[in-house]
Amino acid sequence: MTTGRKVAGYRPVSERIYDQAEVEQTLNREDRREQASRCMDCGIPFCHWACPLGNKMPEWQDHIYKGEWKKGVEVLHETNNFPEFTGRVCPAPCEKSCVLALHEAPVTIRENEASVTEVAFAEGMIKALPPKQRTGKRVAVIGSGPAGLAAAQQLNRKGHSVTVYERDKSPGGLLRYGIPNFKLSKKVIDRRLALLREEGIAFVTGTEIGKDIPGKEIMEQYDAVCLAVGAGKPRDITPKGRDLKGIHFAMEYLSQQIRHLQGETAANEERINAAGKHVLVIGGGDTGSDCVGTAIRQGALNVTQIEIMPQPPMGHNPVTPWPNPYPQVLKTSSSHEEGCQRRWQINTLAFHGDGGMVKEVDVEEIRWEKDANNRFTMVSSGKTETIRAELVLLALGFVHPVQEGLLNELGVAYDVRGNVSVGKDHASSVARVFATGDAMMGASLVVKAIASGRKVAEDIHRMLQKSDKI
Amino acid sequence: MKQQENIFRQLSETQQQSLYSFDNEHDACGVGIVMTLTGEKSHDIVEKGMQVLENMVHRGAESADKVTGDGAGILVQIPHEFILLQGIAVPEEGRYGTGLIFLPKEEKKRALCLQVVREVVASTGLTLIALRDLPVNSDCLGEIALSNEPHIVQVFLTGSGSREELERKLYLTRKKIERTMLQSGLGEDREFYIVSLSTRQMIYKGMLSSHQLRSYFPDLSHPHFTSRVAMVHSRFSTNTFPTWDLAQPFRMVAHNGEINTIRGNRQWMQSRESVLSSPHFPEIEQLYPVIQAGMSDSASFDNALEFLVMTGKSLPHAMAMMVPESFNDKNPISDGLKAFYEYHSMLMEPWDGPATLLFSDGRYAGGMLDRNGLRPARYTITHDGMLILASETGTLEIEGTNIKERGRLKPGKMMMVDTHTGHIYRDQELKEELASAYPYRQWLDSNCLRLEEIASGRKVNNEVVNRELLLKAFGYSTEDLEMLIKPMAMEGKEPVSSMGNDATPAAFSDKPQRLFNYFRQQFAQVTNPPIDPIREELVMSLTGYIGAIHQNLLQEIPELSPIVRIKSPILTNTQIDILNNLRYKGFSAAAIPMLFKAEEGHEGLHRALDTLCRSVEQAVDEGKHFIVLSDRGVDESHAPIPSLLATSAVHLYLVERRKRMQIDIVVESAEPREVMHFALLFGFGANAVNPYLVFAELAQQVKTGSLQLDFDTAKKNYIQAINKGLLKVLSKMGNSTLRSYRGAHIFEALGISASLLDRYFRGISSKIGGIGLEEVAQEVLQPHREAFFQEMNEPFRLVNTGQYAYRVEGEYHAWNPETVARLQIATRTGNYALFKEYTRLVNEKEKPAFIRDMLEYKKVPIDISEVEPVEKIMKRFCTGAMSYGSISREAHEALAITMNIIGGRSNTGEGGEDPARFLPQEDGLSRRSAIKQIASGRFGVTTEYLVNADELQIKIAQGAKPGEGGQLPGYKVDQIIAKTRHSIPGISLISPPPHHDIYSIEDLAQLIFDLRNVNPQAVISVKLVSESGVGTIAAGVAKAKADLIVISGAEGGTGASPSSSIKHAGLPLEIGLAETQQTLVINNLRGMVTLQTDGQLKTGHDIVVAAMLGAEEYGFATSALIVLGCVMMRKCHLNTCPVGVATQDVELRKRFVGRYEYLVNYFRFLAEDVREQLAEMGFRSLDEIVGRADLLQRKHYPDHPKSEKIDLSRIIFFPREASHNAIRKVGGRHQLPEEITDRRLLAEALPAIEFSKPLGIKSKIHNTDRTTGALLSGEIARRYGHEGLPDHTLSVWFEGSAGQSFGAFLVKGVTFYLHGDTNDYLGKGLSGGQIVVTPPRGSTLKAEENIICGNTTLYGATSGAVYINGVAGERFCVRNSGALAVVDGAGDHCCEYMTGGCVVVLGRVGRNFAAGMSGGVAYVLDLEGNFDYHCNMEMVELSLVEELSDIRELKEMIERHHQYTNSDYAGRILAEWNFYQEKFIKVTPIEYKKVLQERKIAELERKIAVVERDY
Repeated sequence: MTTGRKVAGYRPVSERIYDQAEVEQTLNREDRREQASRCMDCGIPFCHWACPLGNKMPEWQDHIYKGEWKKGVEVLHETNNFPEFTGRVCPAPCEKSCVLALHEAPVTIRENEASVTEVAFAEGMIKALPPKQRTGKRVAVIGSGPAGLAAAQQLNRKGHSVTVYERDKSPGGLLRYGIPNFKLSKKVIDRRLALLREEGIAFVTGTEIGKDIPGKEIMEQYDAVCLAVGAGKPRDITPKGRDLKGIHFAMEYLSQQIRHLQGETAANEERINAAGKHVLVIGGGDTGSDCVGTAIRQGALNVTQIEIMPQPPMGHNPVTPWPNPYPQVLKTSSSHEEGCQRRWQINTLAFHGDGGMVKEVDVEEIRWEKDANNRFTMVSSGKTETIRAELVLLALGFVHPVQEGLLNELGVAYDVRGNVSVGKDHASSVARVFATGDAMMGASLVVKAIASGRKVAEDIHRMLQKSDKI
Repeated sequence: MKQQENIFRQLSETQQQSLYSFDNEHDACGVGIVMTLTGEKSHDIVEKGMQVLENMVHRGAESADKVTGDGAGILVQIPHEFILLQGIAVPEEGRYGTGLIFLPKEEKKRALCLQVVREVVASTGLTLIALRDLPVNSDCLGEIALSNEPHIVQVFLTGSGSREELERKLYLTRKKIERTMLQSGLGEDREFYIVSLSTRQMIYKGMLSSHQLRSYFPDLSHPHFTSRVAMVHSRFSTNTFPTWDLAQPFRMVAHNGEINTIRGNRQWMQSRESVLSSPHFPEIEQLYPVIQAGMSDSASFDNALEFLVMTGKSLPHAMAMMVPESFNDKNPISDGLKAFYEYHSMLMEPWDGPATLLFSDGRYAGGMLDRNGLRPARYTITHDGMLILASETGTLEIEGTNIKERGRLKPGKMMMVDTHTGHIYRDQELKEELASAYPYRQWLDSNCLRLEEIASGRKVNNEVVNRELLLKAFGYSTEDLEMLIKPMAMEGKEPVSSMGNDATPAAFSDKPQRLFNYFRQQFAQVTNPPIDPIREELVMSLTGYIGAIHQNLLQEIPELSPIVRIKSPILTNTQIDILNNLRYKGFSAAAIPMLFKAEEGHEGLHRALDTLCRSVEQAVDEGKHFIVLSDRGVDESHAPIPSLLATSAVHLYLVERRKRMQIDIVVESAEPREVMHFALLFGFGANAVNPYLVFAELAQQVKTGSLQLDFDTAKKNYIQAINKGLLKVLSKMGNSTLRSYRGAHIFEALGISASLLDRYFRGISSKIGGIGLEEVAQEVLQPHREAFFQEMNEPFRLVNTGQYAYRVEGEYHAWNPETVARLQIATRTGNYALFKEYTRLVNEKEKPAFIRDMLEYKKVPIDISEVEPVEKIMKRFCTGAMSYGSISREAHEALAITMNIIGGRSNTGEGGEDPARFLPQEDGLSRRSAIKQIASGRFGVTTEYLVNADELQIKIAQGAKPGEGGQLPGYKVDQIIAKTRHSIPGISLISPPPHHDIYSIEDLAQLIFDLRNVNPQAVISVKLVSESGVGTIAAGVAKAKADLIVISGAEGGTGASPSSSIKHAGLPLEIGLAETQQTLVINNLRGMVTLQTDGQLKTGHDIVVAAMLGAEEYGFATSALIVLGCVMMRKCHLNTCPVGVATQDVELRKRFVGRYEYLVNYFRFLAEDVREQLAEMGFRSLDEIVGRADLLQRKHYPDHPKSEKIDLSRIIFFPREASHNAIRKVGGRHQLPEEITDRRLLAEALPAIEFSKPLGIKSKIHNTDRTTGALLSGEIARRYGHEGLPDHTLSVWFEGSAGQSFGAFLVKGVTFYLHGDTNDYLGKGLSGGQIVVTPPRGSTLKAEENIICGNTTLYGATSGAVYINGVAGERFCVRNSGALAVVDGAGDHCCEYMTGGCVVVLGRVGRNFAAGMSGGVAYVLDLEGNFDYHCNMEMVELSLVEELSDIRELKEMIERHHQYTNSDYAGRILAEWNFYQEKFIKVTPIEYKKVLQERKIAELERKIAVVERDY
């Protein structure tokens, strides 16, 4: 191994915080080939195992190395419908499991994926692949996030006629309305949507099924219905003062900002703006980090991010050793680099306001200790303090899909966590209704959503074939 | 005595239920012949014959009762006077025939048998004069021999006609009796056997040891029992069943070695029967079957030879036809003789094998060696008119003054004596006579076309229209294209891979498999040697013929049918087009589709096969010359018949109908793609194969630029890769030519049902049952359907089936991310709970991946506290043989430290060990490997190395690449590795496929004896690889007195091996282990040896299953490496291991994170896991379950219907002999015998050793004194290490003929002088000692013209010197890495694989000098100026001796030779030095030259650097 790991890196902070463009840069093709050549074609490709999609890293990276970009993207497309999305926003479990992660830096798999896809787009190698024949079957996909889009594309390629319903103005789900533009440019989504439309998928946007169109109607019109509605119900906390203004769910904040940038906000809509404010983000995950970056771009005075769990170790964590695809280690995002105070083991006690607007937040340092049952429990330290915050963003994750409306109308059963309950074949308790993505597994990664969308498509296809024979 | 149940009835029942098979029996032996050259009969010749036999007693073996020999016998001329003296009224000599008959003991049965004899005799017009109850002395027999002792009578027959006619009638009578017996069922119990029946000669033999022959047959000692010839044989069989009839000599032949193409030879002989005719036998079919069933390879050879001779061929002609010498360009024989061989090669395939064949027809007698010459045969001619030819020299003591000539049979050469006239026919005389008998060359020229010389103007399209569909329909995986076909087209050789095969075998896999995948290659181990197809290419050949030989091989006629010779059996599209359109002399072909109707499923397949066979038969009847079985034309309604199934079915069908000789089979198929596929097609009968889809794919890849070659080059490379691979596959089994491999069935099935095998692959046995025709059809139809009925809109895409590298959707791999990760984390953190997660993953798979996954046991739990402690269990653990070189120093030492801590044993592997590791470290840890391996390269095997071992392991084969050698490329040999291997940095180190001192089982016994001498305290073990017949081999190894036998599974790992070997050779450990256990128990040999097994063992469950199947000890290699950080990169062969385990790269080694503590954890966990399993089973110790196969039961996987086809009853068979025979090792290890010369020598030499005082000893020596000097040397090395004693401290003067391994492992300070001659393996492993051999005192021999020293001299020598005043045999200085040697002449393959040292040859050398020689230098006196022809120039350069330092070196060596041996010849050379110096040629390996030059430059640079400068 004579070539070191080389990441493309981000644009300088001083530049990027003043615009909304993607922060990540790209390597030139020669460097990219060199990076791909670092793949050792392992006897056991742990990366491939770690990838929820089963992407065949050794194979497509070999193509990149050989300069066979088209073959590379073809191999990628065999397992992944949208490598341009995962190449940007995937936490890359593959790289965590890469054999080279053992001793030095792993292969830059995620960047390689993005690169080969961008080259392929740029050179016109990615074309719509409409089915040669139609089966005459109709499938409705409700929700246009990564799971819904993947399911739609797979089903469409099998020859079924697919309509995707989206309640928002544009398709994309959280890809569009959850992930800030500086991480995933919406042009990237539009480019893919254009291909999907060209392949023959119909999109009906701004239409919420269960509200604008009753579920019953959909059930009558389609041979199968695929629920890809996501896990939209955010987790909440209820300390004193929770009802003060200026306390928002992260997704509310992020999506408004994106809609704003797309010119989709209504004139009378109240803007959540961090400009000139002290901002507190509660929740230390990726969504929280997105809030940080967004607030900075809006011109926040300062941003603090607090997390109730302890700070994970840097680099290696013996509790989650290699080849664990999801090691618990400290992640520092581009947004964190842009200026933000991060604190751990902080519990939120109360919000205080002034004129109905939040002004301060009481927090307390806590510890985690094992109780008699060997379970970690929170122990209060008594050390409290007050953080100034005119804008508080709650990025505490999601509990399950929104059940009110369509789901309840269809009468699908839920599992213990409140997700749509499905069998091995992704079928819900209601005939011809399937569920995929976050709606059935709870909030998760884009890559898992795509994987789930592909699987549900196979199951729906199998059901439709069977019904054909009867 | 109680009438026992017939042992063979019982045996055949056992064979059906167990894995044990009598057919696998091998033997090897000592043979000898004594002949008079005066024409006078005498009793002395008989007496001398018996003495020869008795002096080769060490070449035979004895059975479990320690008295029964494996068989001994003598062939003599009819002792006419003696017969008359017995009062039998025979007519004059030559007018009657006689011979012994073995009859049942039981009177009723005996009477029945005799009745048959009488009837047949009467029917052939002969008269029975007398029956003589042969006097025998049964008291001397051992228990086993006695159990089946026959009643022996001597029969006397007479008849009218000439002696020749009478001889033929006797032959006919015997064949008819045999046939009648067979038909009447009387033969079934194997109690009736006609030993011989002739007017000229007769045979006395039985299940005797060499010494018993004389006392058992009092006849032989009678002074009037006279003969002009006595041919003797003592047998070393791998089995102990009382088989009186398999003792040798047979009717014409005594054979030492093995005919390893025997299955094919027998089949071809059978097919030939329909086209034979002979004027001597108008009803020739009465002689059929030519080959008597149920006999040994030697017996079958004898049957065929006798048949050829009786039908009119001369004895030398028949021998030369059956065992041709190699006749390619590298072999210096006349063109006429080449034509003779070429002509006969169209008639008969070679009976290939390492063989010394002695033969006699009663008047003429002689011997010959096969083309490889791997068995020794030495002769002495005396002044008083006797010729002794035997496996060893010195079997008769002959005064030096009486010796007229001493020589050896050379590879492929023959020698014969007319005992009536005393004329000695030498090879050249015999062969030239054969060659000039007919104008063979002219016949060939007018009938035989050479395919490569035929041009055609036709244009051939290499593409196919529906390539993509076909690829899918024929189940191509992206791995086939990317990892096999493409590399072969690029590189012209098979791709190399590493680590073991941990993927699910086809038999259990849920993914559709090609039928090819259900077969495994067999390979040679112990009983015959594999060949090196690269370095010994001169004996290999892929040449074949297409066209029918309509005619009778018994007659020499010029009217041959047209025939096309093909140099490569892989036909290009152009070549097949030429063949199809050739109209020369009516040459014609029939194309027969190899397809079936897809919609008809397996029934359609069945019908199609029937139709196929019938249409082929029709083609034969229409007089076609060859058929083309073609699967061109696959479409949506037509699916391909698996090419292997079609080929084998057609081949067998034709053989059965005796029509196979009339037609040849060309297979045109899209299916075969890798070496194994082609090997199978040829092995099951195809003459040539055209893989058109591979060519189409190559054409496509060339077109799209994915292969940057032109099509012709890509095609040529691909064919070359396949051909090279084929040679490797043949040579693995010790076969030299594709012609004798064809139809030889050197494969075994893994996962095919008996019914399918019986129908289409007759002769292949099914060990574990498996799929039938229905599943075969399914597995063809599934990909066919996916191709032609693929779902709408689905884009074309080949899948990656993950055979070679893990893929999520591919085949299951036992080592996968989860198992690797769990094991590493558990052992690193010392977390037993996590380890149990790992074992759950391994043991509770959803579907089976190993046979052991289908075995479980009943649970009768006891408390775990009652079970023996982990410490006792861990003593049974070993780590696998991985050399320092294949793995890094860090990994190697971690293994050793661990095993020393837990009381197990680590294995040093082939590559020596740094002596610094022999002593414990300061911290109390020890890096010494308890097991020292002795492999074919003998790297680092010094006396010091051998004495620093608790166990000495002879590695016969390795799971990942059985039957193959290895090579450590020069760039990996750094300073330290070179030092431990006693070689030179930068020089490639080649390990040959065979041990050059083990060509058969008695050789192994010899090596075991050698090692026991060097280190009498060590356990001697032998490592074998699982295959059918390994149990029989193990029985032989047990009889060769090994203490421990390792049965390795074929799944085991490697540092580098061709992918096809990793995948397709050998069997899983369960089958081999069970067969070994069963065979040893049935033969009552199990108590004598410990059994160890390895091959992907992972958990306690694996261990207890192995224990119940018979293993007492368990080896771990892959899992141990994984614990140390290995992540199964499979890049060991590239030196790029990213975790520092299997690399020598300094930077990469820094990444090694393994620690011995992790390994200690692993083995503790394993032992704990074993304890838990034992507790669950209700046993307190492992010993209680060893060999208890009866405790095992079948585990089912109902969701995996294919695995339900598997039948494991033969694996878990528990022999009834287990009730009284030991089922595990009992008693201690073998001890060195008391009565060996070395003990006396050592006692006398002790003062010299203790006080390093010079001492001289004188001693007589005989050929029965073997391994002289090794015990002594071991003792010195133990005290003084490699340094030994000061030069010339101990000198021993011997007189006589030394036995094998004279001066083996002789250490520094000891000099042996020998007046006389020596046998094989002189100076084996020489470690600093000096040996001088000179002709016997008083002899008038011209030393430079007579042989004085056997084969394989200085094998693996590391230092020291030998001076030999005479000619040495084949393989002089093979794999020498440091010794100096001067010799007057040498045989073939001199200096083979040499890596260091200096050799001077003062006379002629044989063929293939310096093959594989990578280091050292040789000087050869080339008086005839033709040395370059004899030299293999691949790795060496020749030059004149011109440099001053060279001249000095050469002259000094010759001076020393002269000084020590007092050789006249050397004296002459020195006297006329200026004349002779110019005639010397210097042989320098290219690599060595480079290293020397680099050293010189380094030295110059050093000098320059120290020059003081005045600035």
